Amino acid sequence: MTTLSYREAVRSALRDALRTDPRVFLMGEDVGRYGGSYAASKGLLEEFGPERVRDTPLSESTFVGAGIGAALGGLRPIVEVMTVNFSLLALDQIVNNAATLRHMSGGQFSVPLVIRMATGAGRQLAAQHSHSLETWYAHIPGITVLAPATVADARGMLLAALRQPDPVVIFEHASLYPVEEETDEHAGPTDITHAVVRRRGRDVTAVTYGGSLAKTLAAADRLADRGLSAEVIDLRSLRPLDMETMLGSVRRTHRAVIVDEGWRTGSLAAEVSARIMEGAFYELDAPVARVCSAEVPMPYAKHLEDSALPSPESIVDAVMAVCPRRG
Amino acid sequence: MTPVLTREHGQELLRQMLLVRRFEEKCVELYSLGKIRGFLHLYIGEEAVAVGAMQALTPDDGIVATYREHGHALTRGMPAGALMAEMFGKANGCSRGRGGSMHLFDAARRFFGGYAIVGGGLPIAVGLALADCLQARARVTACFFGDGAVAEGEFHESLNLAALWKLPVLFLCENNRYAMGTALERHPAQPNLAANAAAYGIRGEQVDGMDVVAVESATRAAADAVRAGSGPVLLEFLTYRFRAHSMYDPELYRTKEEIAQWMTRDPVTTFAKRLTDAGDLAEAELAGLEQDVAATIAAAVAEAESGPSEPVADLLKDVQTPLP
Repeated sequence: MTTLSYREAVRSALRDALRTDPRVFLMGEDVGRYGGSYAASKGLLEEFGPERVRDTPLSESTFVGAGIGAALGGLRPIVEVMTVNFSLLALDQIVNNAATLRHMSGGQFSVPLVIRMATGAGRQLAAQHSHSLETWYAHIPGITVLAPATVADARGMLLAALRQPDPVVIFEHASLYPVEEETDEHAGPTDITHAVVRRRGRDVTAVTYGGSLAKTLAAADRLADRGLSAEVIDLRSLRPLDMETMLGSVRRTHRAVIVDEGWRTGSLAAEVSARIMEGAFYELDAPVARVCSAEVPMPYAKHLEDSALPSPESIVDAVMAVCPRRG
Repeated sequence: MTPVLTREHGQELLRQMLLVRRFEEKCVELYSLGKIRGFLHLYIGEEAVAVGAMQALTPDDGIVATYREHGHALTRGMPAGALMAEMFGKANGCSRGRGGSMHLFDAARRFFGGYAIVGGGLPIAVGLALADCLQARARVTACFFGDGAVAEGEFHESLNLAALWKLPVLFLCENNRYAMGTALERHPAQPNLAANAAAYGIRGEQVDGMDVVAVESATRAAADAVRAGSGPVLLEFLTYRFRAHSMYDPELYRTKEEIAQWMTRDPVTTFAKRLTDAGDLAEAELAGLEQDVAATIAAAVAEAESGPSEPVADLLKDVQTPLP
């Protein structure tokens, strides 16, 4: 075990992939000489050269589309898009091409493309660098959507994504890059077909993913102080959703709170909530609750940004509201 | 350099253009009968472009096309039956009935598909060429697109990226003078579309797209250069669509006189006359080509009619690759 940061874990997976598979290459804005806007690819240009670590012009649609073409041409591209907000410039390529090609070609072509991008708020970057649009991608059949919430998953999910025969979009929450954990730096791929229970509990199931996991675990600590035992589930994969793990938990706790940094309307939390209702309605002792971001373009000022985002306090409040009063 | 046009090659070019023309005329008929539905974008009038350009490409080269791609698929060698069955939405169609007229695919012939978001195929062509470069394969990726695509950001981004990385992409602009219903006079600030190449430091050239021989020779020269490592080339074929944009288009945006004027330059009839005048096509030979094409199309229609429908149980098949 070694102490690795989230960004080092991403880098170690990139390095392993570049070392072991000659079809793998990395491209995106500033992934080479700059070392990646979040330094995830720092040093890889020097190690693997400019053919395999490719700085692109600022043309998201075209370098993502070129990733699709290169995948069709037999390679295993990893495309980095700086943030989910920028990825909207490439949405046409991802939704209209990457996600459709296999089906639209009657199964003749598949697109083994991995797209990584940063997501999320918390760094006072305001309304064009801070949003959580994971659910837009999770809406699309034909792509797999992953959200590594831990250092180990930052490595393991990238390795798992590279084994998928079809497009995978990985969301790395920007606030996680400096987070350090004890990690096996040689660990293999994560099991992305299953959600994972990060904390066992009896009284309520808290479902979350990505950058909200740490907040939810912090909330669970505070709830424990109040005598409430929260089970915390990390979705890991946002598409497809592993409902079995979630429903199994809800059948034991009879209460669910979903923590999602996306906006509430049309959110991933809405989807999870609906599926809990469909799969465990008669097991529920309270309505499913959601903790989401305030419906506002992310403001710059720290106190405003903080108040717009899910926090341990707001998660505790949401859980308390659906749990019976103690004492 | 114009290649010497042999009698055999001339007749083969004519046969291919006739196949595309007659195939699409049959499609119109079948559309009226309700056998083909959805959008049907006809290539009639533009046949010389696909037929001429395709001569310059080898089986190893890649093709990326648009939603107006029946001619490209047929000329690339896709069996007419697989194409017609696709239009019928049958399981023996080239895309198993998932794509229809706008989304023809043929992996064996490196036909990477019809793309129906204008400009959307260009980045894919750039990526295919990148894959060839990184795997040291001397291939060309030919990317067809219309004049409308030139206003899209992806056109400029793709020319830039391909030029920057010196990728072997042949950008083939089929300028039929209309972006759906918007005339060339009303959509590009620079109506000489080939002139855009200069902004990216690559070669650009306008070619008479109604002359199959001119198309072939220009594409051969460009493909040779691209294959030899020149980086991308942009060719602009000046052509014209004789029919409506799709079956839903009332054609309010152009005059009958304009269409009639362009029809005097019909690439099929003018080329047939040219061969006849040169003594390279006897009347009986032309009749033979027509018969040959008619038989191919009749067989294609029969194949489409008798083809099976994909079971509804397989609706979700191929959304993603089944995992072992």
